[in-house]
Amino acid sequence: MADHLLEVRNLSVEFHTAVGVVKAVRNISYHLDRGETLAILGESGSGKSVSSSAIMNLIDMPPGRISSGEILLDGVDLLTMSAHERRRINGRRVAMIFQDPLSHLNPVYTVGWQIREALTTHGTDAAKAASEALRLLTRVGIPDPENALNKYPHEFSGGQRQRVMIAMALALRPDLLIADEPTTALDVTVQAEVLALLEELQQETGMAILIITHDLGVVAEVADRVVVMEKGVLVETGTVREVYKNPQHPYTKKLISAAPGKGDMHAPAARVEPVLSVHDVRKRYGSFEALKGISFDLMPGETMAVVGESGSGKSTLARILLRLDEPDSGRALWKGRDLFTMSPAELYKLRRDLQMVFQDPTQSLNPRMTVYQLISEAWVIHPDILPRAKWRERVAELLVQVGLGPEHMGRYPHQFSGGQRQRIAIARALALEPQLIICDEAVSALDVSVQAQVIALLDALRKEMGIAFIFIAHDLPVVRDFADHVMVMQKGDVVELGTVRDVFETPRQDYTRALLAAGLDPDPDVQAAHRAARLRRAS
Amino acid sequence: MIPPSDFEGAMLKFVRTRAVASLISLVGLLVMVFFLSRLTGDPAALFLPVEASAEMKEQFRELHGLNDPLLVQFSRYVGDVVTGDFGESLRKARPALDVVLEAFTWTLWLAVITMTLVAGAAIVVGSLAAFRAGGFFDRLASVVSLIGASVPDFWIAIVAIVVFSVNLAWLPTSGTGSLLHWILPIAVLFIRPFGIIVQVVRGSMIGALSSAYVKTARAKGVRSGPIIFVHALRNAMLPVVTVLGDQAASLLNGAVIVETIFGFPGVGKLMIDSILQRDFNVVLAAILVTALAIFAMNLLIDLAYALLDPRIRH
Repeated sequence: MADHLLEVRNLSVEFHTAVGVVKAVRNISYHLDRGETLAILGESGSGKSVSSSAIMNLIDMPPGRISSGEILLDGVDLLTMSAHERRRINGRRVAMIFQDPLSHLNPVYTVGWQIREALTTHGTDAAKAASEALRLLTRVGIPDPENALNKYPHEFSGGQRQRVMIAMALALRPDLLIADEPTTALDVTVQAEVLALLEELQQETGMAILIITHDLGVVAEVADRVVVMEKGVLVETGTVREVYKNPQHPYTKKLISAAPGKGDMHAPAARVEPVLSVHDVRKRYGSFEALKGISFDLMPGETMAVVGESGSGKSTLARILLRLDEPDSGRALWKGRDLFTMSPAELYKLRRDLQMVFQDPTQSLNPRMTVYQLISEAWVIHPDILPRAKWRERVAELLVQVGLGPEHMGRYPHQFSGGQRQRIAIARALALEPQLIICDEAVSALDVSVQAQVIALLDALRKEMGIAFIFIAHDLPVVRDFADHVMVMQKGDVVELGTVRDVFETPRQDYTRALLAAGLDPDPDVQAAHRAARLRRAS
Repeated sequence: MIPPSDFEGAMLKFVRTRAVASLISLVGLLVMVFFLSRLTGDPAALFLPVEASAEMKEQFRELHGLNDPLLVQFSRYVGDVVTGDFGESLRKARPALDVVLEAFTWTLWLAVITMTLVAGAAIVVGSLAAFRAGGFFDRLASVVSLIGASVPDFWIAIVAIVVFSVNLAWLPTSGTGSLLHWILPIAVLFIRPFGIIVQVVRGSMIGALSSAYVKTARAKGVRSGPIIFVHALRNAMLPVVTVLGDQAASLLNGAVIVETIFGFPGVGKLMIDSILQRDFNVVLAAILVTALAIFAMNLLIDLAYALLDPRIRH
């Protein structure tokens, strides 16, 4: 079996922490051939990134320890090599790109310097490195590459930064490229471009790609084979189609069934008196027009999804509706009264009706408050809602409502998983009995299976309590499952506004069509058809 | 797209805004010094010996225009300061500014040499300690730097004189004249900032070394040396530069105790002497000169920030 490019055999990695030994990866084995793409699929905590860190010698030891196994590159065990030999392999034979290219590029050096360093570290002379850096930046499609060499990472967009990372990783034509969630932080259209670039480069160089992802769509788009991991254990492996069409392990089945975008779409009820009526809202920051006249109506108990790529103005809109930022002009009538002209005192009362759930529950929950304090704080601020004697009882009720239990009351946020923390944030929003909740990417940071549960929870609350939602998201399948109406935004403008069925099935605008086409379907056959259609359009 | 980085243009603009801000603070200081000497009591009583008679005081007021309206006095004072005229030193019978500048030159040299040594040594020691955090070298560096940062300098100075000058007789006890005279003052002044800055460098470097871009560098196969001193260090330098600036400022202010113990003719010693001798023109000149030096140094720190981190330039 020495003909595999990479073979991981019985690898176990553990971390010695203050609370004991964490077995991050247990006895996993997989292999990868030249020109092949293997995906490691898993949710957070599955250990999907650990084996690749072991390949790159990026595990800090201690606290990490490789307790068993071998990692064979062309038949030679990396784990028995000296640090010096391992360093010679990194960047030259095996290279890596990461999820967040902004933090993974050194902020204080130009991208040209960083690409040249990848070459000179392994002995390329400076003049050759300079010409190669230019060639590489040109190849990955950075506009005006000569000037771009002298720019710093913060001067590029997210997609361009990932292209720079790719240029740097491929500088020495490695045999294996490890891509750890390479497109997770990117907009869908940019994600499609970056994945296409990776595939092109793979065909040019014949390299193998090991892609680590939580996204079934990414697997369907780029991978030949897939390894599914759960809690450090490899639960299933096979070709992408085998695993998708005929999953064997219950965890794989659960992952596939949790993938959003397959359920029935909502059929919105007849439009009645809107609870919120937004009219021609505009906002500028200096010469930048963030919102160019946004208008829409929201009915009680209805979900309006706002979708668009970064810079489309969707978060600005949310901030303005909550009066966290002031609009330049426009009206937002909340039950007939303009939010934008309310005095601070009126606004204070209104905060009860309007609540917000943020993207990152780790940051939006004060780490030094217990769950009870976090949820009951709302009643300290608005004492008329509930007498103090009933607080405990009500907090318990709310926790049950969001799928947690009364026993969680005395715990702190760090004792919960990401999904549970988001439930706490939702319980906190519910404490004030709001009529509108604005969710700003509220499920984006969650694992797929957890995401499905949180969406189901929000939808149940909508039905039972008649809460209206403004649901800001970039993930279209999630929107498809949850929204009644969809508003597509681009560069501060509303491009398209309609029922979820209209927007998803008969989009009228090119931009909407492009967004939908760029989305990745978890079904490899559907995705293959998408790809064929895309190629036809391109040629 | 953001326009291409125009390094010089951005730097020039940056320096200009910072310089204007410094200028405003400087004007504020001028006003404060003026009011300190005029409004805290009778300047005549402040400037003249305690035993001066009422006539002498009246004569003094007349001579220096202290009976004029405050605004007139202030504009005259500003005019004098701008032309560099701080009056005569009462004790030395020379222009006060000359006396101060002479002493300040000594202090400046002392500060520059000491801080250069401190910066070089602390950065190397702190970086290496951070690279193997928790290791033997790190623990040794922590103990040494903690001692350095906490031991009072007058005590070190006295012990150093006893050991090196009195017992071993290797170095002169005080004064100036030869290179040997510089060694003890510099060594004593070195210890505290070294201790503090090693700890700042270590903390900041531990953060930088665990950052994502260092992971990228390791994945590229970059050697440990460049990872520490090229990738991490430049990112870790911002807080270090701030503390370096603070420490240098306190040296420029005059290392009063050390200068006094070693009889070093710097501005700290001059200020103490002038206050004791009621040589007020010298005191005022010294305050303004050191203030100017500290403003200049803050500007240098801001410049260093901008040089280190391109994001600050924009």
